Amino acid sequence: MKDAQTAQSRSTNRVAARQLLWMGVGAVGAFVALLFVLGWLAGKTGGGQVAGDGIDVKAGSITISYPFEPPQLDGTRATDLSSSFVLGHVMEGLLRQDDHGAIAPGVAESWQIEPTHAIFHLRTDALWSDGKPVTAQDFVFGWRKVVDPATASEYAFIMYPVKNAEAISKGELQPETLGVRAVDDRTVQVEFQQPIAYFDKLATFKTYYPIRQDFYESRAGRYGADAADLLYNGPFTLARWVHGAQVRFEKNPRYWNRDTIRMNAVDIPYITTDSAAVMNLYKDNKVAMVGASLGLDPEQLKEVLVQRWPIERFNEGAIFFMEFNHRDGRVTHNLHFRKAIQLAFDPGELVNQVIKLPGYLPGQSLFPEWLRGAEGLFRQEYPAMPPKVDIAAARAELALARKELGLESFPPISLLSDDRPLTVRITEYLQARFKEELGLEVRIDRQIFKQRLAKMTSGEFDIVTAGWSPDFDDPMTFGDLFASWNLNNRGRYAGAALDRQVRIAMGSLDPKTRMDAFGKVQSILIDEAVIVPMYERGQVFVRNPQLQGVVRRVVGTDPDFTHAYLGPN
Amino acid sequence: MLRYILKRLLHGLITVWFIATATFIAMHAVPGDPLSGEKAMTPEIRRNLEAKYGLDKPVVEQYRIFLVNMAQGDFGISYTQQNREVNDILREGFPVSATLGILAIVFAALGGVLLGALTATYRNRLPDVVIMFLVILGISVPSFVFAALGQLALVKINAWTGFTLFPVAGWGTVMHMVVPSLVLGLGTMAYLTRLMRSSMLEVTNTDYVRTARSKGLPPARIFLKHQLRNAILPVVTVLGPAIAAITTGGFVVELVFAIPGLGRYFVQAVQQLDYTVIMGTTVFYGAFLVLMVIIVDIVYGLIDPRVRLKA
Repeated sequence: MKDAQTAQSRSTNRVAARQLLWMGVGAVGAFVALLFVLGWLAGKTGGGQVAGDGIDVKAGSITISYPFEPPQLDGTRATDLSSSFVLGHVMEGLLRQDDHGAIAPGVAESWQIEPTHAIFHLRTDALWSDGKPVTAQDFVFGWRKVVDPATASEYAFIMYPVKNAEAISKGELQPETLGVRAVDDRTVQVEFQQPIAYFDKLATFKTYYPIRQDFYESRAGRYGADAADLLYNGPFTLARWVHGAQVRFEKNPRYWNRDTIRMNAVDIPYITTDSAAVMNLYKDNKVAMVGASLGLDPEQLKEVLVQRWPIERFNEGAIFFMEFNHRDGRVTHNLHFRKAIQLAFDPGELVNQVIKLPGYLPGQSLFPEWLRGAEGLFRQEYPAMPPKVDIAAARAELALARKELGLESFPPISLLSDDRPLTVRITEYLQARFKEELGLEVRIDRQIFKQRLAKMTSGEFDIVTAGWSPDFDDPMTFGDLFASWNLNNRGRYAGAALDRQVRIAMGSLDPKTRMDAFGKVQSILIDEAVIVPMYERGQVFVRNPQLQGVVRRVVGTDPDFTHAYLGPN
Repeated sequence: MLRYILKRLLHGLITVWFIATATFIAMHAVPGDPLSGEKAMTPEIRRNLEAKYGLDKPVVEQYRIFLVNMAQGDFGISYTQQNREVNDILREGFPVSATLGILAIVFAALGGVLLGALTATYRNRLPDVVIMFLVILGISVPSFVFAALGQLALVKINAWTGFTLFPVAGWGTVMHMVVPSLVLGLGTMAYLTRLMRSSMLEVTNTDYVRTARSKGLPPARIFLKHQLRNAILPVVTVLGPAIAAITTGGFVVELVFAIPGLGRYFVQAVQQLDYTVIMGTTVFYGAFLVLMVIIVDIVYGLIDPRVRLKA
């Protein structure tokens, strides 16, 4: 009986196994069939791109990845880096930056900038991608759109040097009163609100790009939403834009300076912030660069060193600092307390022992090293002189602060910060350092981006880790940050001496006078310990050696492939 | 049957409204707003933007406008992608996430049922031990680890063969879909395998199977009709929530494989407090989830004659 049952169950098992095997074959077949049906459907709905190799010499093209896609490409409302990156390749303003960052002719072939006004003469061969010429009216239309309150442009302020821009933005004047005029088809005349020393630099900026009225109106509110919703006048056109998936530039055959463009296409079929994925793509020879927008992290750097790939460094241009809360009632309102923090902090140790990434520089001044001054580099003309690390002096300052504030001991210091991995490491280092050297209890208040901003603006902190990246290539982009009227001065520092220097720099056209004023701003920030600079952000990245002529920029289009080319291996 | 379905749909509608309202309240309770950025705005620029998005109105009024528009299927324009509608984002992102999700769930269901039946058949013998070991692994290892490992394996395979059959990342062709969907479905497959195995073992010892065997029915028929069909019921039950979890939970896999699905917009919207996109994606996913559960319940009634659908 028992034997019979076992035999029966064994035979059932054999049958079951055989059936399962067939079902398995069927299942795999069904899965593959489904795969192809869905693949076919995806092809019908706009997918179906096949990405090429990182470097394709025959096609004269490269493939890269980028962490974000532009939210939209209407230049009047563009604010972020990815928009600058894409627009810089497919559009051109009156002027442009050359490969060394100097001002070069763009749509305008010549120009004169005077204290009260400027005149730009447009070239005859500047064309839109549909073949029509780029005219002075296109600039007038585009600029009026920027300051029109209905557009609600976040970057409207960058047009405030143009006469009446601020009043229009406030709704006090009509957009037609903006100080820009088309004298004829090829002459743009600009009137200034007040003399401005760097208008040529602003004229390269994305907010100042031209827009053609008839095309803009034909898109019915969708201008810049898709590749077909934009007209191009730059070195490339946007040949393809699949949201979240792909951006592809192709050489613009109508670009006036097309003979200098050697790349036929730049394809970006990978839009991801996952740096490990990009590293894998680079290893598989599917992208030509890795780390070119977010930088390599320490783990990846290790791998790059093992592989012996040549690494490149780039100073991104941003400065990061500890910003004190200068509001009344905060211990950080006290100068001696701030001095104690300044004297106890060692930016060299932070960069070398904690951040440990090549490309980062110890912070010494609000004005980063790359900024241009009157003739050479600003920081060579006006060296920053931060005090040397001196723990004994720091403790003495702290004792003075305690006496002035009439405190038995200091309450816990609230250090507000964001939740990025690097900031986490930095704040933990600061917490340990100030405890050890000064006996201060530091409480880290770690918040996600938006919450940190909200607390920063309402002043719920003693010290906040903050940073600033430049909008344009002039020391003013940093210089007025701690002026008492600046909305970004979230620690609410108010110093008459600093305000005076900023006003001097704003009101003058003489480079030497302006730079002297910024030099004084730099000294005041250090003497008053308004902030404590921590580091200048840099990055390391790897580029396929065949890809040459890529320009990295602190402001504007970065990385810039306009004059890139493929060299020998 | 029809009354039952109508009743379930009505309950579903109330659920979706509840989800929408709870999300709306939570979203507005979070400090900060969609317009705040690292660089402060001048008051007039801020006013202009608030007027454009209706943020200058009281929250109750904003809620009313939101409900009226939602009833018409309009979620408004995104804060971050200023000239795109939320519906555009849903229309472009969801088919991609759905494709990935369908493949993953089909893979998980087929694999889970077959492997579960196989392990039950070979109980305590080698195939059972090996598969169940892998199942424990599949349940306990999170999908982002599988995603990273899968991608690394592809790099190695491509370098070794000098030929790219399955691309490392990207989207668009059939070959792009295979590895991400397998990675996404792996965890669910492991879970379903375990469920199927225990369910199968339970059924094997029931009276009706013994009766069928003593009646002398052919083993193939017993296995297919009596064992498999009954054992599969618990699997179908968890399939509804599993579909929702897979289709909405693909964010990590989408990130690693650079896939333009909806998951990325969902997560980014929350980080950037993009009010309209948060509401659009939440309501959409909520409605999808509710619908899936209803469909599974109806299918359940069709498969299992013991379940009668009554209103």
